[in-house]
Parts: sequence; C-alpha cells; structure tokens
Amino acid sequence: MSEQQDYEPRVVAFLCKWCSSAGSDLAGVSRIQYPANATPITVPCTGAISPMYILSAFNKGADGVLVSGCHIGDCHYLEGNYLARRKMYLIMKLLEFIGVEQNRFRMSWVSAAEGAKFAQVITDFVGDLQQLGPQDKLKRAENK
Amino acid sequence: MSKKRTGVFVCHCGTNIAATVDVAKVAREMAAENTVAFTQEYVYMCSEPGQESVVQAIKDNKLDSIVVTCCSPNLHEKTFRDNAQRAGINNFTCEIANIREQCSWVHADKAKGTEKAIKISRSVVRRVNRNQPMDAIAVSVTRRAMVIGGGIAGIQAALDIANAGIEVILVEKQATIGGRMLQLSETFPTLDCSQCVLSPKMVEVKRHPKVKLMTYSEVQEVSGSVGNFRVKVHKRSTFVDPDKCKICDHCTEVCPVVVPNEYELGLTARRAIYIPYAQAIPASFTLDEDACLGLNPIRCGKCKDVCEAGAIDYDMRPQTVTEDVGAIVVATGFDLYGPENMPELGGGRVEDVLDGLQFERLISASGATKGHILRPSDHKEPKEVVFIQCAGSRDPAKHCAYCSKICCMYTAKHARLYKKHVPDGRAYVFYIDIRSGGKGYEEFVQRTMEDDDTLYLRGRVSKLYRKDGKVRVHGTDTLTGQNVEIDADMVVLALAMTPSKGTAEIAKTLKIGRDKDGFLAEAHPKLRPVESVTGGIYLAGAAQAPKDIPETVAQAGAAASKVIALLSQATLSRSPLIAKVRPSHCTGCGMCVEACPFFAIRLENGKAIVNEALCEGCGSCSATCLRAAIDVKNVTQMQIHEMIEACLA
Repeated sequence: MSEQQDYEPRVVAFLCKWCSSAGSDLAGVSRIQYPANATPITVPCTGAISPMYILSAFNKGADGVLVSGCHIGDCHYLEGNYLARRKMYLIMKLLEFIGVEQNRFRMSWVSAAEGAKFAQVITDFVGDLQQLGPQDKLKRAENK
Repeated sequence: MSKKRTGVFVCHCGTNIAATVDVAKVAREMAAENTVAFTQEYVYMCSEPGQESVVQAIKDNKLDSIVVTCCSPNLHEKTFRDNAQRAGINNFTCEIANIREQCSWVHADKAKGTEKAIKISRSVVRRVNRNQPMDAIAVSVTRRAMVIGGGIAGIQAALDIANAGIEVILVEKQATIGGRMLQLSETFPTLDCSQCVLSPKMVEVKRHPKVKLMTYSEVQEVSGSVGNFRVKVHKRSTFVDPDKCKICDHCTEVCPVVVPNEYELGLTARRAIYIPYAQAIPASFTLDEDACLGLNPIRCGKCKDVCEAGAIDYDMRPQTVTEDVGAIVVATGFDLYGPENMPELGGGRVEDVLDGLQFERLISASGATKGHILRPSDHKEPKEVVFIQCAGSRDPAKHCAYCSKICCMYTAKHARLYKKHVPDGRAYVFYIDIRSGGKGYEEFVQRTMEDDDTLYLRGRVSKLYRKDGKVRVHGTDTLTGQNVEIDADMVVLALAMTPSKGTAEIAKTLKIGRDKDGFLAEAHPKLRPVESVTGGIYLAGAAQAPKDIPETVAQAGAAASKVIALLSQATLSRSPLIAKVRPSHCTGCGMCVEACPFFAIRLENGKAIVNEALCEGCGSCSATCLRAAIDVKNVTQMQIHEMIEACLA
C-alpha cells in the first residue's frame, strides 16, 4: 500500500438534505476546518441511496464513500434511515467479500445541530483512508 | 433533443467565497462544460444588481437552465428560482451549488478549496442537465392552527391567531395554563405583579370563541405537512368534570393523600385531588391518578362523597382526539438545570439552598408563606442571603456553555424584593459579568446595587455546605483578589435555563430539529428566527432559547403572524419533486410498495402507481428498484450517477 505524504484520497459523501447536509452547513457557519477531500452530494434521504451509488463511486475511482443521515428515529421521512442502515450493512458485507477494505466505506448519523461532529467524521475518515492508500479493487480499467 | 444551454453564476460573496476559492477558475472550468453556454462571476450574486444580471443573462443568452454557485440552498435557492421564473424559464431548472458552507468556509487551503468547489459546481451542472421543468402542486389549506404549550408564549400566540379570526387549539400538558410565568411573583424591570398581567390573558383564552383549550393533554402523533397536519392529542383523565366543579374545595379537605406540590416547587404539599392555583384555567380540580389511593369507592371515595356538585367521576377515561390543522406553534418552555448536577453548590441536598423559581414562590403573595420570606428549615426570616448567578450557565467544562440571559436581571430583582421584605437584611450576589441589555434593565441593576445596598461580588462560589444552622459559602472576589466566606441564612441559585422536559420527544414527534444545547432549532438564526426547518411549524418562547417575557411575547406574536399569513392563502404550493414510475421498465415486483414509508405506492395491472397526494419525495422507492423504473423527479438515478462521475473527474 502506498503511504506517500502527498496522497489525497478522493471521497464521495452522500448527505441527506435534512440532517447531515444541514450539519455540514453548520460546520461551515461555525468555520470548523476539515480536509477538502470529500465532495458532498445531497440527496433527499439516506433511504434514497441505492447500493448502486456506492459501487458506482468506487467504480469511478473513489477511494472512500461516506453515507451520512439523520440519527436513527429522527428521519424526516419517518423510516428512510432504517432502510438505509439495512442496505448499507449489506453493502459493507459485499465489499468485505470482494476484498475492499472495510474502512473505505462509512456510515454516520449527523444531525443538523452537529457541525463539529460532521467535521470530525470527515477528518477521521480521510485520516483512515490516507493509511489505506488508493483504492483499485473496484476501479474501472480506464480510470486506473 | 436540442442542446442544453446552462448558465453558471459564480458568487464571490464578498470575500467569503473569493478569499479561499479561486472564483475565476471555477467560472473558467464551468465554461468548459459541454452544456454550459454562459458563465459569469459577481461579488454579491444575491444583491439587486446581481439578481438583475442573472435575469438579463437568461434572456440575452436564451439559457434554459441555471446553476448558481454560492451559499447553502437553504438561503437563496428560492431567491434564484424566483429569478429564473422572472426571466421566463421554469424555476425547477435552477439549482444551487453550495461552495460556501460546504467549501470556502471550511477549507483554508485555496488550491484544495478551489478544486473541491469545481467538483461541487460540476456535479450540479451535470445534475441540472437532466432537470425537468415542472409546476408546484397546489394543495388546499386547513384554516385552523394548533399551539403546543400554554405558557405566556403559547397564550400570546393563541390569542393573536384567534383574534385574526382563525380557530386555534391550545394544548397544555399541565392541569392549568399559565406556565412558568404563573409561578413568578413580580417581573423586572417594572416590578409589576406577574399574575396580575397574566391572569386576564388566561381568562381571555378561556372565553375566546375561536380558542379551543385542551389542558392535561399531550401531542402524541403528527402526520401530514404544511397546510394540512393531522395531530393526535392524548387527553389524560382529570376525573373531575370542569363544567360541574364549583371549586368549593370540600374534596381537598377530606383527601387523605399528601404529595409535594409541583406548582409551589415542593415548598408545600397538596392533596391527590387539587387545583394547582386558585385562579387556574380551567377553573376545576384535578384528581392526580398516580397519587390517588385507587379511584375506587371501596378503597377511599371520600372526595366523591363530599362533592355536592357531583363533579367527580372515577370512570372518566383518557381520550385520544384527532385534530386537523394547517400550522403549529411550539411553545413548550423551559425547566431549570438540575441542582443535582452541581455537587459544588450542594447538589440540591443542602437545606435552605433554593433555586430562583422556589424563591419566586417564597416572595409571592400567593405563595405558601403569603409573601413573607421565611427560610424552609426553621421558618425564620433570613438576615443574610447569598444569590449565586451563573449556576450552571457559562461553564462549558462542566455544565451549560451558554448564558441563560435572564438570571442577571431576576437576581437583581430578587435582591430588591428581599430588601423590601427584610429591610435590615443583607444581600450578596456572586456574579461573573452583569448582562443587563434591555430597556430600563441596566438602571434597574444599578438601583439594586446603590439604593438597596446589595453587595455584588465578582467571582464564583467554589463550595457550600451546612454549618451551625447556616449555609457556609466559600467564594472568591476576583476584584480584590481575596477569598470570601459567608455564613448565610439562605442561598438562592440562579440555575441555568434548559429546554423543558419532553422537548426532545416533541421535537421528534414534529420532526423539527434541536440545537446542540437541546433547544428547538430555528430555520435561520437571523432571517427566520421563529420558523422551524419544517414548513408550517413555528417556534415561540424559551423552548427556542433562553429569553425574558417581553422577548417571548414578541416572538409569540411573530410566530402568530407567520401562521396567519400562511393560513390566509387559499392554496399552498407543494414541492412537485415526487416519485414517478416509468411503466415501460416496471416489472411489478412490488419492492417499492414495501419500501414507501407513506403508503403512497400501489400495484395496478402489474405496474407501480404513485399516489401524488401522499408521496413526500424521499426516494426510498428508487433505491430499491432494480431496473431504475421509479425515480424522484429531478433527483433521478441517472442524475446521481452523473454527479458521482463529476465528483471524481
């Protein structure tokens, strides 16, 4: 595994609109600094995140994928994050089965009030990915 | 399909974005996108000239969609969508790329920040390529409102709404409305009697033809959305018919059960059948089910025997009432920070150490001592009283980080009232800073210091304990640099204000957010201070943040006016971004039907069909569909895949 100092992991962060995206806004308003490696994609709900999105992101060259939504029980759409949790657990198992390191995929629950937690989640995730080096198990050939 | 013509507008936001993102480079990169026909950058895109330039650019360049890369969509999505419409294109072909909150404010490294801003902007440009123009769905409005919490905030909001001719349901958990304000003796800075100000308003609530009062009730379940909520309210049983009760008090004379009186904050006791306060609204006794010997005439039945009015009914059962309303105001108020969390201040176990609210009851003419200040342990008049401010406030290491805002003022009031009752007494106040912003507030504190000869000591108290029949207080005076020891007859803690017990549950039920301290979160700290993030739900009073009575009344009035404005509309527009089925791809497997939390999808002739009135657009269906046959409009699977690609390019 490469552990060069200048290696910058590329992360796609799926955020639900109501909690985690609002939490990231709060991190911004509070000016809490965190690494710039994660590009956010805001979706209505974590329940709307198809497992295909995760695989698609790895396939297109992501070194890590984050899914972040409302705390369990707080979903704006009642139970979307329960649905997400079940699916994401399966994705974790699948990734493990095909040999992608567990630390490349992460789920977190960040509420609209948790700007500091959002920054911490990204910081920790990017730190862990730096240890792992680039992901090439699922990367499409032309992206290698 | 003819080629897309997208315009990208990059905002500098003064230097908020431009200082850490190379905005010119973002604009250049976007210009290189296949579908982008026009790019522009400007110092304040949301200003009048900025907005005008967007409209002009759409017209001049025949743009069919726009992306504004600026702040969070929560702030200006509506602004720019309105501009899109003004320029003659559909408002749903406008999207916001958030490069401020999610980028420039959190990344100091300009090169990395610029790179991320480009990725964010590019992903939104790709998304907008496939956005479909559409119209908002018009829905009817239920012209009724609900106010949760019957303290001064809830009372004010309910009256303001009712006076506009809109029916309002006021739901209160306790047996009487009035809330915390009802427990206060006098109010700062005018020292007028709290109950004299409040009681007439309570009566007005009771008599108002447009107000439906539900006390001893709690909101259990809320469904629906702005304009059309359905609320289930659980009404506990009081076992006394308020219409028959003559408040003659005969029942309490015979009731054998004695429990602490919550209204007097445990300073006195009450019976199992009780009226919280003589002028309670509704004017009726309540039988406390938990304290009563058993609601069974064989076991006790004394109250029922003496009730000449026949008001007591042991068979009364709790009810669940369903109400349809168009808007909700949440005014659930505050509690005091638990003294048990502060062992340094006695942990709530040292005698003659009271909290601010208990002191209010002690000096109130309607209180247990009829307004005479007597300390609880031996009923003697305390000659030395220590008031401790910031008990639990402004202490991020151990307690609450925030300032509770009202304690400086009410402590000054307490000291004054104490001196009025006990002219030869001595009052000490430990404080960190005096925060007396407000009309007439600073003058009030000055008078307490000078006219009433109250000794203000700038410093904290490190410990207090019982010694020789007194409370020994160890503190420090940071102005003289000396430690202070006072043997006080009584100590009053200005405990921090916390959201009332149950705030977390009500926030969960209503699906509205809370801030880091547990108070209800406003939609925007400056521009939308009385709205929650959920449309149609508004906030008032100390449930949102610590505040005093005038501020609470102002906020309640503001929330009421928002409700009135909302419910004055004939129809509301609802987001059209809901699920849509492509019948050609649907195999009728039914996975989406099971995934939908709103029961909005059904199968008909082997194909899924979406009920547009029920769908909320969460997208749970699309995530389960193996053939991408169901999608949320403008957030389709295809769009997300293209956004992912843009993020990783």
